[in-house]
Amino acid sequence: MLNKAGRDIPSVIPGFKEVKLYNGPFAANPTGRVVGPKITVNKPRSEKILKSIDQAIEATGLKSGMTISFHHHFRNGDYVLNMVVEAIARKGIRDITLAASSLTSTHDAIIPYIEQGVITAIETSGGRGKLGELFTSGKFLKKPVLIRSHGGRARAIEAGEVVIDVAFIGAPACDTYGNINGIEGKSACGSMGYAMCDAAYADQVVAITDHLVPHPLYPISIPQTNVDFIVEVEAIGDPKGIASGALRISKDPKELIIAEYASSVIEYSGYFKNDYSLQLGSGGASLAAAQFIKEKMIAQGIVGSFGVGGITAPFVEMLDQGLFKTLFDVQDFDIPSIDSLRNNPNHLEMSASYYANPHNRGPIVNKLDVVILSATEVDVDFNVNVITNSNGVIMGASGGHCDTAAGAGLSIVVAPLLRGRLPMVLDKVHTIVTPGETVDVIVTERGVAVNPNRKDVFENLKQANIPLMSIEELQQIAYDLTGKPESIPVTDEIVGVVEYRDGTILDVIRKPV
Amino acid sequence: MEKLRRAMMFVPGNNPGMLQNAGIYKADTVIFDVEDSVLVSEKDAARQLVHNAIKYIKYPCEVAVRINHITTPYGRDDLAAILPAKPDLIRLPKAETAEEIREIDEIISEAEMKNGFSQGSIKMMAAIETAKGLMKAYDIASASPRMVALAIGAEDFLADLKTTRSSHGNELFAARSQILLAARAAEIQAIDTVFSNVNDEDGFIAETTRIKELGFDGKSVINPRQIKLLYKIFTPTEKEIDLAERVLAAYEEAKAKNSGVIALNGKMIDVPVVTRAERVISYAIALGLRKGGQ
Repeated sequence: MLNKAGRDIPSVIPGFKEVKLYNGPFAANPTGRVVGPKITVNKPRSEKILKSIDQAIEATGLKSGMTISFHHHFRNGDYVLNMVVEAIARKGIRDITLAASSLTSTHDAIIPYIEQGVITAIETSGGRGKLGELFTSGKFLKKPVLIRSHGGRARAIEAGEVVIDVAFIGAPACDTYGNINGIEGKSACGSMGYAMCDAAYADQVVAITDHLVPHPLYPISIPQTNVDFIVEVEAIGDPKGIASGALRISKDPKELIIAEYASSVIEYSGYFKNDYSLQLGSGGASLAAAQFIKEKMIAQGIVGSFGVGGITAPFVEMLDQGLFKTLFDVQDFDIPSIDSLRNNPNHLEMSASYYANPHNRGPIVNKLDVVILSATEVDVDFNVNVITNSNGVIMGASGGHCDTAAGAGLSIVVAPLLRGRLPMVLDKVHTIVTPGETVDVIVTERGVAVNPNRKDVFENLKQANIPLMSIEELQQIAYDLTGKPESIPVTDEIVGVVEYRDGTILDVIRKPV
Repeated sequence: MEKLRRAMMFVPGNNPGMLQNAGIYKADTVIFDVEDSVLVSEKDAARQLVHNAIKYIKYPCEVAVRINHITTPYGRDDLAAILPAKPDLIRLPKAETAEEIREIDEIISEAEMKNGFSQGSIKMMAAIETAKGLMKAYDIASASPRMVALAIGAEDFLADLKTTRSSHGNELFAARSQILLAARAAEIQAIDTVFSNVNDEDGFIAETTRIKELGFDGKSVINPRQIKLLYKIFTPTEKEIDLAERVLAAYEEAKAKNSGVIALNGKMIDVPVVTRAERVISYAIALGLRKGGQ
């Protein structure tokens, strides 16, 4: 069956109860009610602190066949997921569904447990390195890996599509009664945005901390009312992997050209005025664009309303300089951002649901004017792939890509036109993560193309001194240099399902030949 | 209007990725180098790469090739491999005599004939990099009608002078002045040397400001990041553009009326004023500040 994005989706997918086809970015009309966790009781003066992760697993009653969740704010420095999965395996528990908000290469350590059948299903934002290769191989897992965006995951949790039996929450600071924040302690990660949904909706919540403090801890990101048990461990993460120092602005001349064009697109788009709002990706071109946007804002005396992200140091600088009034922060990438969340009252922490859930009463992405997003490859219909590489192997994550593209007034995708010998504007992307109808402008080092459904933006951009062209012309420039790439041969076996933020199926990932 | 050569960007001829992307940085000229940035063992490969890049990639700017000196074992082979691809410009390094220029001119003429290119379509420029070359600067600059620019190559020149580069640039003042004079006397462009510390933006800006004040038409650059900084310095102000437009309008009007004396706001406009105005407008067009084609 073809969905609205033109993708052939089988009517039956192993492990999926129902196959709902994507029918346009805002076509879904949700019914039903938001679910909730089990009602529980905590009697006065009872003890939440347990001695070990093993003890916590016993206390929660975690059994084979259940679903566990994790958050990914510790990025490549995370120890928690690996420690917990190892403990679960030791206990002989099998057939677990792993619903982590995202996975990084540090989680390659769980591969043996996937091979042994401890983890048999994965629902997450994406996968990299060896894990991504394993997902793509179709081996060991009982059903295709389910890819959700950050907003889509929050929605699925609230809608009861993901029922988390036990959420394990790495807590940079936790008090003896379970109040948590991410801004203190040696493993500070900043915002706890993704973990907030897990904590609020999971049947049981275990906080794992390396910085246990007397009650009450404040400020509170995740409250004691959500937390069942607390375990203190030596270390929950490697600070070097959690957050880098201030990222340096790119010196790659190609990235700088892309960034310059992207900032010109913003300047002339019609959205660049007082009180506009902005989201930046954490890629090189995006960060470099921040520098140019900052210069333009100062030169033209523009003060923005709010910034959203994935927060990085350039955004913090703009907040400090009064160029934005507020930041909404779901995750922090570097130490200056964590410091800012701790010290600046205008730097606000938000949950993944507040950020991007399409089925609540108003995610912040709906108020977003401009977003800059990166891409692995795009196609002439403006569809974007950020999940599979040019061999069809899973090597990226959906993140908030489709959420922000759908919500923002102007979604700008930046990508090099050529990566080595490969063109990045194709006839059809291998996997759609963000549908083209939510993408407005594609910026490359050789040209800028505007989605034909945004004639208003196209007209505005004629004033900008940028190489404006059609997406077909852009593709031709690439093909003239590289030739037309052949499509990746695939089998019928489905190894991944890309769920759109509204819960419908946008695309499937087939195992490459 | 005169072809602008504000930023002439060197690109190593043995780096396929750089050759492929050379056109995106808005340099007025890209110079594919098969001389100093290419090891002897890679000369032949670089020639082939540069040949193919020129032939198959559409560059939105002038394409030059810096060949090895014609007296080295590589110079003639460079020309033989590269001329059939039809570069816009050949840059000779370490020029010392007018004879060298005439020798290359002849080789180019033959290649033009052989390949069916129109005569004189491949231009030349030369870099002065020795005291001996500097003494012959005018002869070199005027040795061939193909010559469009004279450049200074500071590193070799200062070694020859037995000194080193300073932040104030006094050691280059005489040579720069002499090259500028020679170029102007021969009615061609003068191009300044590279600034090799790409991370020293302030130093680059200071030096570029200085050479623009001296009268140079442009500068060789070795990193795309220097181009934007350079163009900023070569950007006329809105007031200058406005005045230049009015000068040219008055000039056109006077021409149309066959009027001998041209005046704007009571001031006489003579040829140098018109030339200067044309230059300002070229810069404005190149920077997208005004519409128009070169």
